[in-house]
Amino acid sequence: MAALRVLVGVKRVIDFAVKVRVMPGGQGVQTEGVKHSMNPFCEIALEEAVRLRERGGAAEVIAAAVGTSKCQETLRTALAMGADRAVLAEVAAGAEVGPREVAAVLAELARKHRADLVLLGKQAIDDDCNQTGQMVAALLDWPQGTFASQLELEEGGAAVRVQREVDGGLETLRLRLPAVVTADLRLNEPRYATLPNIMKAKKKPLEVVAAAELGGAPNPRLKVLGVSEPPGRQGGVRVDDVPALVAQLRQSGCV
Amino acid sequence: MRALGPRGGGRGGSAAGSSRPQGALRAPPPPKRRCGVPRQQEACLSLLPGSAMGISLASGHPVRHSWSQMRRLVGSCGTWRPQSAAPEQRRPCRAAVRPWLCPGSALHTARPRCQEVPLTCERYGLRRLPFARLSRGDVAFFESLMPGRACTNPEELKSFNVDWLKSVRGCSELLLKPKTAAEVSQVLRYCHERNLAVSPQGGNTGLVGGSVPVFDEIILSTALMNQIISFDPVSGILVCQAGCILEELHEYLEERGFIMPLDLGAKGSCQIGGNVATNAGGLRLLRYGSLRGTVLGLQVVLADGTVLDCLTSLRKDNTGYDLKQLFIGSEGTLGVITAVSILCPQKPKAVNLAFLGCQDFSRVQETFTTCRAMLGEILSAYEFMDEKCMELVEKHLGLSNPVRGSPFYVLIETSGSNSTHDEEKLNSFLEQAMTSGLVTDGTVAVDDKKIKTLWSLRERITEALTRDGCVYKYDISAPVGKLYDLVTDMRARLGQSAKNVVGYGHLGDGNLHLNITAESYSHSLLDAIEPFVYEWTARHNGSISAEHGLGFKKKQFIQYSKPNEAIFLMQRFKAMLDPRGILNPYKMLPSSP
Repeated sequence: MAALRVLVGVKRVIDFAVKVRVMPGGQGVQTEGVKHSMNPFCEIALEEAVRLRERGGAAEVIAAAVGTSKCQETLRTALAMGADRAVLAEVAAGAEVGPREVAAVLAELARKHRADLVLLGKQAIDDDCNQTGQMVAALLDWPQGTFASQLELEEGGAAVRVQREVDGGLETLRLRLPAVVTADLRLNEPRYATLPNIMKAKKKPLEVVAAAELGGAPNPRLKVLGVSEPPGRQGGVRVDDVPALVAQLRQSGCV
Repeated sequence: MRALGPRGGGRGGSAAGSSRPQGALRAPPPPKRRCGVPRQQEACLSLLPGSAMGISLASGHPVRHSWSQMRRLVGSCGTWRPQSAAPEQRRPCRAAVRPWLCPGSALHTARPRCQEVPLTCERYGLRRLPFARLSRGDVAFFESLMPGRACTNPEELKSFNVDWLKSVRGCSELLLKPKTAAEVSQVLRYCHERNLAVSPQGGNTGLVGGSVPVFDEIILSTALMNQIISFDPVSGILVCQAGCILEELHEYLEERGFIMPLDLGAKGSCQIGGNVATNAGGLRLLRYGSLRGTVLGLQVVLADGTVLDCLTSLRKDNTGYDLKQLFIGSEGTLGVITAVSILCPQKPKAVNLAFLGCQDFSRVQETFTTCRAMLGEILSAYEFMDEKCMELVEKHLGLSNPVRGSPFYVLIETSGSNSTHDEEKLNSFLEQAMTSGLVTDGTVAVDDKKIKTLWSLRERITEALTRDGCVYKYDISAPVGKLYDLVTDMRARLGQSAKNVVGYGHLGDGNLHLNITAESYSHSLLDAIEPFVYEWTARHNGSISAEHGLGFKKKQFIQYSKPNEAIFLMQRFKAMLDPRGILNPYKMLPSSP
């Protein structure tokens, strides 16, 4: 089996279970003092990469993140889950980085570390952009298999078969390596980071580089005009019979 | 100390002093009694013309009946019913069948055998105490008192008559759902006058059969008393009605930055009134203490309808005897709790969970002492389970083991105000535990979703056990060092006759939940388990019911953990507060001699 290098992108997001609150002023959401953790789809991507290495298909798994220095804890989790090395492309606190910048950094890292496969989560749960994976593929001019629900390395290690979940059902693609794959929910169930691994992770290398050096200087082209909570749920109205229902529907303009 | 056979020892003896012909009974010994209520067959039989001699309807000649036949004929409710020619055809308990309440159907229907839980009164061969029987007039009164909330429909009553474990079933005919303490007071005053027995019921999640009627007691459900009366965010004191579901209270408080001081697996269904009535322990006792400390006041309705309003919301109040302590843990036998005022702790900002694997029980204990020393003030739960529990949870609920298979698993929860500090403390403890070999594997959860998943491995063991077969549940307190010995001793004793013997529990509180599963209910297995488990506990000066209470199933074992003088005093309290004994009869205390 060829010894592939896998680059996994991970993002530090507000924890999935936290109730998100809009900041006063409506310019964003509260992130101070709120629990953050690794994006669930990134966890799945990382799990897939580690499994590839365990099966012998990959030789090295490199975890990469773009963000403030707080992302180091996310990378430590990635190392505890089985990544061999980690790289943080650091940006200043408060800087806006979007999919374009992140994709530029990941592409640069992929070139630098001669990665054969870039695995990402399909989207982040904070912005739901679903763009980074696709942009990385475009920047590198590599084939992409997005929304992967199954990933298989072919014999000889020259290509991968990706089963994708699309609206019409399941689609299987064969991509010649190097390629970009983004993980969907049903790809696997991520493991828990066990204590022995958490301890080993402390000794694994974690490199911190400035994002600007890798081409990821913040250059926001999007401006957030406002953020607001969705309208509260209105109580339902009970009607006694069908004519009353029809009258209600007419009144509310639905019919 | 369970006596076999009728009081006084001999079969057919005249112990009850009733006027029946001597030696009329030549029969095999009666089936073993399962509860402390004396069989007093003699009293039953004295009702019958010719004692054990019945009159066969077919031939009209006297017929001698054996004990077991006798029991069927006499019926568990102690009343004589004319039988058809086939005595083996079981008829439903008379109290369960009132033609004018459920017209047409029930009288001639044979009780379906397989799916239905056996009636408690039949399975345990009990005799109904001489309470009044529900009459049409009574039902009319309750209907007028709470229109629409007095239910007599047998279909609806089914679930209220059976406990969560599906092990005991009553035959109540009336379910009342009051909304206020005033209504409860009126109900109890009426029942006191009419001498009608009442069984208060909260979430019906109790595990000792204390929440369902034994015979036809009226079920008084607090389900509609679910209003939160007030909450003071400065003092953290919550005042609410007894029917509020624990999980809902929890959610209400979470929004305001507080939590309930107790937490148990049944939180989705259990009600705070029931929790207080049973002095529920749960997963957070280690940190926040028991309800005896956190409940500040109660509103209780006594057996005669008096409303006792001790619903103060004061941390400190040393004026007179502390009456609420009598009602906490009284299991509905001294009064019906209608409102609770409880002190709620601050919601912790940082909650972390560690799930660890240990090689043996002594390491589990050492881990606990190390944990307490290093995590001390942030430790909020310390639970353990054995590998059989993990197996069952994986098999029946499909949950996956996050760590490598180990003989024991420990779940440690920390709650604090600063996540970085807590993580540091937790990490240094874990390093220490790993390097010193106390722990062989483990995982840490920092985010809510993983925390919930790991907790479910411990909280859902009860659920997994119910799916494994018939469960025999024991809940004991003993010195921590000896705790698991009971499980190993029990395994050795039962051998192949039990399917699984598991132990898990709140190690921090010295509380073991011993559970034995079998394919089906078996008297011989029960006899092998009891009274061995209680004798073992008594030998180690432990409690035969650490947090589940006595309810119906353990009422006759109280002497294993309490001296006779104490039991006597308890009976006097009961007699004082409920002279007619209408509140939750047949439970908790052995009947006064």
